[in-house]
Amino acid sequence: MDKHEGRDAGTIRLDDPWYDALAVGWGEGAAADTAGPMAGDRPAPGASDIYLEVQRSAAFREVRSRYRRFVIPATAGFFFWYVAYVIAATAAPGLMARPVVGAVNVALLAGLGQFLTTFLLTWAYARHARLRRDRAALDLRWTVFEQERGRQRNGAREEGR
Amino acid sequence: MSTEHQALALVLFSVFIAITLGITTWVSRNRRGSAEEFYAGGRLFSPLENGFAIAGDYMSAASFLGISGLIALFGYDGMLYSVGFLVAWLVVLFLVAELVRNCGRFTLADVVAARMSQRPVRIAAGTSSVVVCVLYLVAQMVGAGSLVGLLIGGSGTAAKTLIVIGVGALMVVYVSFGGMRATTWIQIVKAVLLMGGAVTLTVLVLLRFHGDVNQLLTTAAGRSGHGARFLGPGLKYGADWTARFDFISLGLALVLGTAGLPHILSRFYTVPTARAARRSVVWAIALIGGFYLMTIVLGFGAAALLGPGEVRASNASGNTAVPLLAGFLGGGIDSTGGAVLFAFVAAIALATILAVVAGITLASSASVAHDLYASLKRRHGRQRSEVAVAKVAAVGIGAVAIALGLLAQDLNVAFLVGLAFAVAASANLPVLLYSLFWREFTTRGAVWSVYGGLVPAVLLVVLSPVVSGSADSLFPGADFQYFPLQNPGIVSIPLGFLAGWLGTLTSAEAPDAAKHAETEVRSLTGAGAV
Repeated sequence: MDKHEGRDAGTIRLDDPWYDALAVGWGEGAAADTAGPMAGDRPAPGASDIYLEVQRSAAFREVRSRYRRFVIPATAGFFFWYVAYVIAATAAPGLMARPVVGAVNVALLAGLGQFLTTFLLTWAYARHARLRRDRAALDLRWTVFEQERGRQRNGAREEGR
Repeated sequence: MSTEHQALALVLFSVFIAITLGITTWVSRNRRGSAEEFYAGGRLFSPLENGFAIAGDYMSAASFLGISGLIALFGYDGMLYSVGFLVAWLVVLFLVAELVRNCGRFTLADVVAARMSQRPVRIAAGTSSVVVCVLYLVAQMVGAGSLVGLLIGGSGTAAKTLIVIGVGALMVVYVSFGGMRATTWIQIVKAVLLMGGAVTLTVLVLLRFHGDVNQLLTTAAGRSGHGARFLGPGLKYGADWTARFDFISLGLALVLGTAGLPHILSRFYTVPTARAARRSVVWAIALIGGFYLMTIVLGFGAAALLGPGEVRASNASGNTAVPLLAGFLGGGIDSTGGAVLFAFVAAIALATILAVVAGITLASSASVAHDLYASLKRRHGRQRSEVAVAKVAAVGIGAVAIALGLLAQDLNVAFLVGLAFAVAASANLPVLLYSLFWREFTTRGAVWSVYGGLVPAVLLVVLSPVVSGSADSLFPGADFQYFPLQNPGIVSIPLGFLAGWLGTLTSAEAPDAAKHAETEVRSLTGAGAV
């Protein structure tokens, strides 16, 4: 049970498929062990192995990529649209003040458009998460839970021997 | 302004206080006094309840009074606040709410410290959270001051001071006796009242114009004295390039700041799961979006029906436009209907301030006790003493906020909130996003990114025209203004991100792959979440 997780983090890191080799050489030589003095409220030893396994599993990679495939373009989209709106309001007040219908001008329509896109993206995100992520995430949560429990049970059995 | 409707407003406000104190007593009747209970209300609120509470925490007096006032005075430029305050929720919904719920326990620092060396990270994140909270509290106190000034009739400085102190004292009572559970119920009551008030006024404004928005806008533009320019951008922020950069800076701060506000982050811990956190944010977005749409109508309505002259005469920065509008809509401030409506709206606004103040005080006391005190004390504290420390911290933070609030009396509250958002976006958001999404992030990166955003943001505010160098400054006599913009966001937010990146690159510590795996798996699946 007492395995000192994190000591052998180097080996784990090497076969981690997401490890980006770029940052290996940063810093000088051996990594100072700054982590840990107050790590009292971390889960039992062994837990991190479970998390590493789950992180590499296909099911988790699927959940993560579904999340990212929605969130990254959506965030980029609304952020760009918002910044464009703010910059247009400052740099092109003439364009923004152009009347469209009666007293309603481009600026007012753009502002209301921001409200509309926010509502639409909120709806789309909630729907996407509910239909495409929630079930898989819950399954993974159970996987971790059962693995942790299994390991604790094994640990207890070894101690009892 | 007659004494009767001042009295009426105070009576209505007292009713609100009585109800909320009742709630506080009710929910604390058999509390166990654990940290879980005090900071997170037992984590058992439903998404609907928490959605209302988030909206209550977020829709501050600054929005209700400040934004409508800015629109009444400057037309379209005030609308940027409404848009920014709402769009910001997409950042929260997409990138923060669920992941923070899954990874943390009570505060922002919990999320970051899970991957890092606890002590330095907790001290950094705790410090920046407290700074953001104090700035935000000052804005609320200024709002309370100008409202009370309106109720009492301008010159009653002693009474004003007394009531601001009273508000401060009350919130300490709420927070220390009721903890998160009472604070949440107060937010819910307040959100319902505020939405009710806003809907009532909006309907009355639209009825005045027979539902014709076009006529409302035309009248507003006509009475403003600026003509069609009133409906386009540039009246407040279009004078020169300094003002325009100020506008962009503010826009960035608004959209990125919300996700770093400690009292908003702590709300996600009051629901049982990440899914519930998501659903509460969806509720909150619906409420907040509706509310900010209404503030736009109210702002233009105040411009059209009262005219900027009357608004400015009551409060130079427009903070009292909405209560005045309410009095007018009820049939004139001296009629019964006007007096009742005026009193109703003023009482709602005071209740709003009180509730938001309670929420922020709770969040900042959590940062002090759970992050700062827990990291700085010697290693023999007990769990129980942390809640006690939080209660003492609530008193201390309340005192600081009251003092600063009395000092900053004449600034527009929406603008002051903009400053708090800028600091939150510079100091809290970079570290939060890096630790959730960047696998190479290290302890040094975390500490640098907090201080690298916090120090420039605060320093630039101190050196800005807000504090010195112009007639409207906090210290009009002094002149140490070296930074031209009022809002530091455009400089300090990139600096926060840059500092985190540089700190990580220069760090000798290798990133911990196991802890990153744990954060990533927990954040997306909810495994091991409390």
